[in-house]
Amino acid sequence: MAVKVLKPGLATTVQDLGRPGYYHIGIPLSGGMDRHALAAANLLVGNEAGAAVLEAVFMGPELEFTEDAIVAVTGAELPPKLDGEPRETWTSFRVKRGQILSFDFLKQGARGYIAVTGGIDVPVVLGSRSTYALGALGGFKGRKLEAGDELPIGRAATTGKDGRRVAKELRGQPVGMPTELRAMPGLYWHRITEAAGNGFFSDTWKVAPEADRIGYRFKGGKPLEFVPREPPFGAGSDPSNITDACYPYGSIQVPGGTEPIVLHRDAVSGGGYFMVGTVIAADMDLIGQLQPNTPVKFVKVDMNQALAARKSRSELLGRLHSALA
Amino acid sequence: MQTRFSFGGDEHIFAEVGEAMSLEAFFKSLFITNAVRDAKIKGVTEICPANASYQVKFDPDQIKPDDLLTELKRLDSASEKSEPVIKTRIIEIPVLYNDPWTHETLMRFRERHQDPNGTDLEYAARINGLDSVDAFIKAHSSAPWFVSMVGFVAGLPFLYQMVERKRQLQAPKYLRPRTDTPKLTVGHGGCFSCIYSVRGAGGYQMFGITPMPIYDPNQNISYLRDFMCLFKPGDIVKWKPIDRAAYDAAVADVDAGRFAPVIRDVSFSLTEFNRDVDAYNSKLDGVLHGR
Repeated sequence: MAVKVLKPGLATTVQDLGRPGYYHIGIPLSGGMDRHALAAANLLVGNEAGAAVLEAVFMGPELEFTEDAIVAVTGAELPPKLDGEPRETWTSFRVKRGQILSFDFLKQGARGYIAVTGGIDVPVVLGSRSTYALGALGGFKGRKLEAGDELPIGRAATTGKDGRRVAKELRGQPVGMPTELRAMPGLYWHRITEAAGNGFFSDTWKVAPEADRIGYRFKGGKPLEFVPREPPFGAGSDPSNITDACYPYGSIQVPGGTEPIVLHRDAVSGGGYFMVGTVIAADMDLIGQLQPNTPVKFVKVDMNQALAARKSRSELLGRLHSALA
Repeated sequence: MQTRFSFGGDEHIFAEVGEAMSLEAFFKSLFITNAVRDAKIKGVTEICPANASYQVKFDPDQIKPDDLLTELKRLDSASEKSEPVIKTRIIEIPVLYNDPWTHETLMRFRERHQDPNGTDLEYAARINGLDSVDAFIKAHSSAPWFVSMVGFVAGLPFLYQMVERKRQLQAPKYLRPRTDTPKLTVGHGGCFSCIYSVRGAGGYQMFGITPMPIYDPNQNISYLRDFMCLFKPGDIVKWKPIDRAAYDAAVADVDAGRFAPVIRDVSFSLTEFNRDVDAYNSKLDGVLHGR
């Protein structure tokens, strides 16, 4: 069984839960930017939560099915259509051989997850089917989809059912305006003045157009003022430079002190810019659903709050599993 | 050297061994990350040494952040008592300096450079007080370099020159980054050289190109079949200047699957190295060439 790509969408890639263990040589985790939505799509069609799906950003692909299948679309409000007929997001539906799945315009969010019973069966590379496009690794030929590609679908261990639905309160999508991203100050926080640190957390930022799987850039807040220093050997002369170091996932670097960049699943693993802190793991999924121009506030939390948020996110996933068991 | 620890969110501990780059800071980072790997700590998922710092990623559902921090601090103080010796490899990397491809690229992005009227090599020679491009190439290739970090993108090595600080070559990055760099360009920014593992954006000065692939996600290259990235932090690199004919021959050998890189196992002692840098480097050269 296969899925033929008639139109690829903007940047549609194969993703699962990623490829841990190779960050020390510059190969990032990759995997779905909104892992909760990815798991939901899989559970809806009867897959394991971490099976490979398609991640479509801003614009859906057009796909033709060579066999009958059960499909679900979660994440962004990217309304699916089957031979032109509307279908619900967050709800599994049946696709007949020869039918064409396309998408209406994006209504909310940024990334849709398209799961098919059996999962997208591209080769496993270093333990994962996720695409790392910068390194031409994994996924379908190491790249985003193109028209004419034929995606193999795995043999399903169970038969999927149509008409299964994820309730609103189990979807874990961003709520409220501005979107709040909780972050722990740290790393090179000491490089900026107290006033700059306060400004960083009180200003409202907006998602910049440069927002992709590597990182999300934000603009609109006040530039950060640095504590003066003699540049250390190897760091470079700009006050925002450091001796090139590792970048945590979710770390917030601010080149030149002007526009923060939060690194995401395809993070560059290191570099020479200071970081003011790190967005907590529980809020990383939310970033993947932010459109350019969305207002955002960074909310200062400590480790205990981060762990509490982590627990509540994991309980949400637990409830999703129970609901779709 | 007092290591500064910080949590990077709820999943990372970041440790800055030194604010400034030094062989001592790099060595300690490498040493501790090796110790962390050997300790097989439950819940640790990524162990990343960097130039003068390191990072450990963990799953806080498996190990309490404070417990891991305590363990890292213990390994950090234990490292003070250890002899700074590592078992590693020395790898010869052929380089066509002043090659036509990086030359074409640097001309294309000239308005982003500090010196729009020269080349990157001419500029680097001048600001390092060397009287010619040839003298610069000699300074770049005569002493070995440590792979002090692998990353940014897949398989890209940062390299730190194994000479006293006053002899180290330095050059700023481009004023504005380029949107293009040929694959396998040998670049330099700050005190670090690098080899671009993939084609793409970049801000380092461009000095030359190697015919020897260092990253192959398809694992077709004979010496990358076991693993797709050539470099590991702690590897030692020796540049070998080659001419165009040797470059073309090497490319043909790579394509035909018969290119055999020169790689030797070696033990490196920081104490002995610091005692007499030049003598130690010439000993390393001897290992490389089987003398």
